[in-house]
Amino acid sequence: MKHYREPSIEAAETGKPSRKGLVFLAGLTLLFSSCRLDMHDQPKYESYEASEFFADGQASRIPPEGTIPQGGLRQGELLYTGKMDGGDSELFPFPITQDTLVRGQDRYNIYCSPCHDKVGTGRGIIVRRGMKQPPSFHIARLREAPPGYFFDVMTNGFGAMFSYSSRVQPRDRWAIAAYIRALQLSQNASYGDVSEEDLEKLEEAATE
Amino acid sequence: MAQLFHPNINILIRILVGVVVVLAAGLGLAYYQGYYSVYFSQVNVFREQPVMFSHKHHVNGLGIDCRYCHTSVEVSSSAGIPPTHTCMGCHSQVWTEAPILEPVRESYRTGTPLQWVRVHDLPDFVYFNHSIHVKKGVGCTTCHGQVDQMPLMMQVNTLFMGWCLECHRNPEDYVRPREEVFSVSWVPPSNQKELGRRLVEEYQIKSRTNCSSCHR
Repeated sequence: MKHYREPSIEAAETGKPSRKGLVFLAGLTLLFSSCRLDMHDQPKYESYEASEFFADGQASRIPPEGTIPQGGLRQGELLYTGKMDGGDSELFPFPITQDTLVRGQDRYNIYCSPCHDKVGTGRGIIVRRGMKQPPSFHIARLREAPPGYFFDVMTNGFGAMFSYSSRVQPRDRWAIAAYIRALQLSQNASYGDVSEEDLEKLEEAATE
Repeated sequence: MAQLFHPNINILIRILVGVVVVLAAGLGLAYYQGYYSVYFSQVNVFREQPVMFSHKHHVNGLGIDCRYCHTSVEVSSSAGIPPTHTCMGCHSQVWTEAPILEPVRESYRTGTPLQWVRVHDLPDFVYFNHSIHVKKGVGCTTCHGQVDQMPLMMQVNTLFMGWCLECHRNPEDYVRPREEVFSVSWVPPSNQKELGRRLVEEYQIKSRTNCSSCHR
């Protein structure tokens, strides 16, 4: 007794599928071409996708404590904590260049200016909407605070301000600290601090 | 032997052929219309969310930069959905009693993430990377539309392959200066073509139409 259909001799000889089969396939493809979505939604996890496998329903797992991601070994106390000899560092862990300041300005405007405002007086839009007002960067206490202090506040938060360590990477935090220094200088500058060339530019801008 | 069919049947057959042709064309048209319809592409459909978060309020009203919340957009394939910690950074102080924010507070108390409804969902066989696009001068609004005008998030583009290819074939029509990528008010200038060509050269943008650029 045969439990299978013998392949048609015609197809076997020519090596081509039968015309009937082709028509049938074409019909099927047309009919169901927009219904199959299993390649659109494959059994793999995209970022933030929910999971039925894990009890908490999250595909993104929290690594065990003490896990060091590739390239994430944090060597160098100063760079990652802002501390030196047990206190806030007076020094930056790397040389500050014009590029660092530009980067710092960019990050400051994204992450800090909503509350601290763009010049650092602490009257940003979120403060005007009810957030506790932070001190101005231009008061004596903060003008004298070492860069490590600003790094520490960004890393661990302070008062009503949450930590920004997950959003701003350590080198960027230092760049912001450097930019805050620049802001402080800018708000306490006198005529004599500006080079003659820049003075000309300022005067030009003022007369325009 | 007598004829099987009466000669008048000829007319019937002709009508039948006509009907079949019209039906086939209709089906084809319906298929095309269906594929590009709102039902299938979900374009311009507001999605309900567990919290009625308004991009319009946060971006347009407050002027918060996209990257304040979507922190990984410059360095990763995913732009990043903010954790509840980010929301609470402000909302532990602002609108602390608002009932609309109760799911956020609950999420923060219990450590259970909010379950947002994904609005821009590419098929799993497309490997899209945000970081390369923003580095090469593709602005947020080029794909996501005027997010600053959306009380609730919606898609404004189909995200179909043909749509991707419009730009992959002619990037000069769409790219903008890098410093304008996160601007929501940027509009293509009248000399976009000229500007685009210059940027394509400066940023070394390649027209990527190879299948394996996106499908791996």
